[in-house]
Amino acid sequence: MAYLDHAATTPMLPQALDAYVRTARALGNASSLHGSGRTARRTVEEARERIAEALGAKPGEVIFTGSGTEADNLAVKGVHWHRRTAARNRVVTTAIEHHAVADAVAWLGDHEKADVTELPVDKLGRVDTAVLAALLDERGTEITVLTCMWANNEVGTLQPIAEIAAMAEPHGIPVHTDAIQAVGHVPVDFAASGAAALALSGHKLGGPTGTGALILRRDVKAVPLLHGGGQEREIRSGTLDVPGIASLAEAVAHAVRTQQVESQRLALLRDDLVARIREAVPDAVYNGDPESRLPGNAHFSFPGCEGDALLMLLDAAGVECATGSACSAGIAQPSHVLLAMGAEADDARSSLRFTLGWPTTKADIDALVAALPEAVRRAKTAGLS
Amino acid sequence: MSGGVDSAVAAARAVEAGHDVTGVHLALSKNPQTYRTGARGCCTIEDSRDARRAADVIGIPFYVWDMAERFHEDVVEDFYAEYAAGRTPNPCLRCNEKIKFAAVLDRAMALGFDAVVTGHYARKGDDGLLRRAVDPGKDQSYVLAVLTPAQLAGSLFPLGDTPKDQVRVEAEDRGLAVARKPDSHDICFIADGDTSGFLKNKLGRKEGEIVDAASGEVLGSHDGSHQFTVGQRHGLGLKRPAADGKPRYVLSITPVDNRVEVGPREALRVDRIRTGAPVWLAAERTGPFEAEIQLRAHGEVYPATVTPEDGGLTAKLHKPAYGVAAGQALVVYEPSEAGDAVLASGTIDSTSSVEAAGV
Repeated sequence: MAYLDHAATTPMLPQALDAYVRTARALGNASSLHGSGRTARRTVEEARERIAEALGAKPGEVIFTGSGTEADNLAVKGVHWHRRTAARNRVVTTAIEHHAVADAVAWLGDHEKADVTELPVDKLGRVDTAVLAALLDERGTEITVLTCMWANNEVGTLQPIAEIAAMAEPHGIPVHTDAIQAVGHVPVDFAASGAAALALSGHKLGGPTGTGALILRRDVKAVPLLHGGGQEREIRSGTLDVPGIASLAEAVAHAVRTQQVESQRLALLRDDLVARIREAVPDAVYNGDPESRLPGNAHFSFPGCEGDALLMLLDAAGVECATGSACSAGIAQPSHVLLAMGAEADDARSSLRFTLGWPTTKADIDALVAALPEAVRRAKTAGLS
Repeated sequence: MSGGVDSAVAAARAVEAGHDVTGVHLALSKNPQTYRTGARGCCTIEDSRDARRAADVIGIPFYVWDMAERFHEDVVEDFYAEYAAGRTPNPCLRCNEKIKFAAVLDRAMALGFDAVVTGHYARKGDDGLLRRAVDPGKDQSYVLAVLTPAQLAGSLFPLGDTPKDQVRVEAEDRGLAVARKPDSHDICFIADGDTSGFLKNKLGRKEGEIVDAASGEVLGSHDGSHQFTVGQRHGLGLKRPAADGKPRYVLSITPVDNRVEVGPREALRVDRIRTGAPVWLAAERTGPFEAEIQLRAHGEVYPATVTPEDGGLTAKLHKPAYGVAAGQALVVYEPSEAGDAVLASGTIDSTSSVEAAGV
């Protein structure tokens, strides 16, 4: 079986799994005052320090959460709630955010009467900073929070976070970045980026599912989503998941330490994949920014094919990939990312995402290239229903 | 796999028969409801989950195919148009004709599959003919009678030889959680079962008269002729009883005048039925022949002489039928010990009664 869906989830790194199992055997609530509690607390704080060090943040800026989605929600809703006034009630987002951000922003608009501005992207999926500049000039004082992902989860395009943060800075607008696809895959330095908040997720980089973190600058306040013991800076409540946190730190530290070498390896494999797909299926369209993109991401449209049909046929041939992230009730919707990039609805439904990860080898690419032409031939016969 | 017990057992049986089976759930609504309520409606997210869990237990891959647009165009819009034209459509039949054994079958064939397996209760004989199921109460050959021989050739109905209660037992034995799920009834896209309200929403309200067919006397009013079906007795809202005290039925609907005619049951008597272009599932006949005909799903069977003529079928009934609505299918069966075989079907265009006309 060739697994080419590492952006959905990637296997745990052996050292992260070891750290998880080792820590899960130990007793202790990190909030308890006795010896067991202190041991658990020490594990948590060491993990916090390791993550901070790996990402150019201060330990006190790391807030552990139960998922990347929670971190995104906490940043977007929490910062908006804290900063909103009668005159300042606008959330700025982009047209290509993951649902964890997009739906949180939409909820603020629908349910909390926030004004929402969505920044457009170009054909390669890059946010239009000229539109942002004009918006900041015109409505800078109305904005509570600006959110822009670091790297797009579907087409892999990287966004100019440092540039965007520098533009927002004179207006005093905190910038949140969903870096869930970026951390461990491209260089991420929180302090250098100028962002006020950054979300990451464990299972996208070799850590456990159900772990995540929000890096939140110390001067940025957020209203909590969850109320309770106030374990994490009074912003996030819930008994700390000590094994999850230890394992997350192990994965982040390893992924960041090996990022440069691993990125080069993946980019070479990915470029090979892209070249061979173009050869095997000449009318396939490579989507996203060809240069500034995630090293393990390749995203194609196959004209005349339905992405769902291709996925099923490849699945049957032992090759696992994705059509995109959008899915409601199992009904494939045309990807909002591709639509925002100017694709027609049919093209947006005819695409597949192949994402590589730490276990990926050339054999996976070979399996894909072997199975793809027949899958495309059959899917074309079936057409777009 | 609808999420019901029949398609789940059909899938399990197909696997056991040695086929390489993939489970497919059809998404027929762009905005599915989260949960089903009672036996009504279908295609909720919960149904999709039930289907997926059945596929897990059977051990086959499972996908949702989005047929919402096709379903809306070919089944729901057709449903509106038929009622608006004063006819009474059968959307399940239309769905089989246009979706399950057309769009789905075509797609499946193109993708490399050999057939579509469904949980319909019908049999396919060794001769390739469509035959009634063993369980007369569940027989669905009527709603499958619109299939062409080519569509039928690409279909498998593994449940046709088994009574429904045994299918439930089998589902239980196989560990399928849907074993006790209630059967779905009514029209799947009308979640609350209120067909009249559903039609009013789309086709609007328009005041019209309810008229006595014999005397021409105006007996009452209605707010849209499309809410009525020929043969309907209830929901007419007539305040005065008929002079003879007998119930009155809808005899005819004229959408152009938005006029509904009512009268006694005898006036619903029909012994001649005309259809549009027939579909032949067996070898096409050219001259008159004796057969049995069925005029609605799970309806009564009538011996008749059927004559192919003028591009349609004419059936001369040997005993009268009552309340036959245009738009329903006339299905021609050849009685047989091995299960009555479907010979042909056609959509009912018009009806008449030679006896009532005094001929």
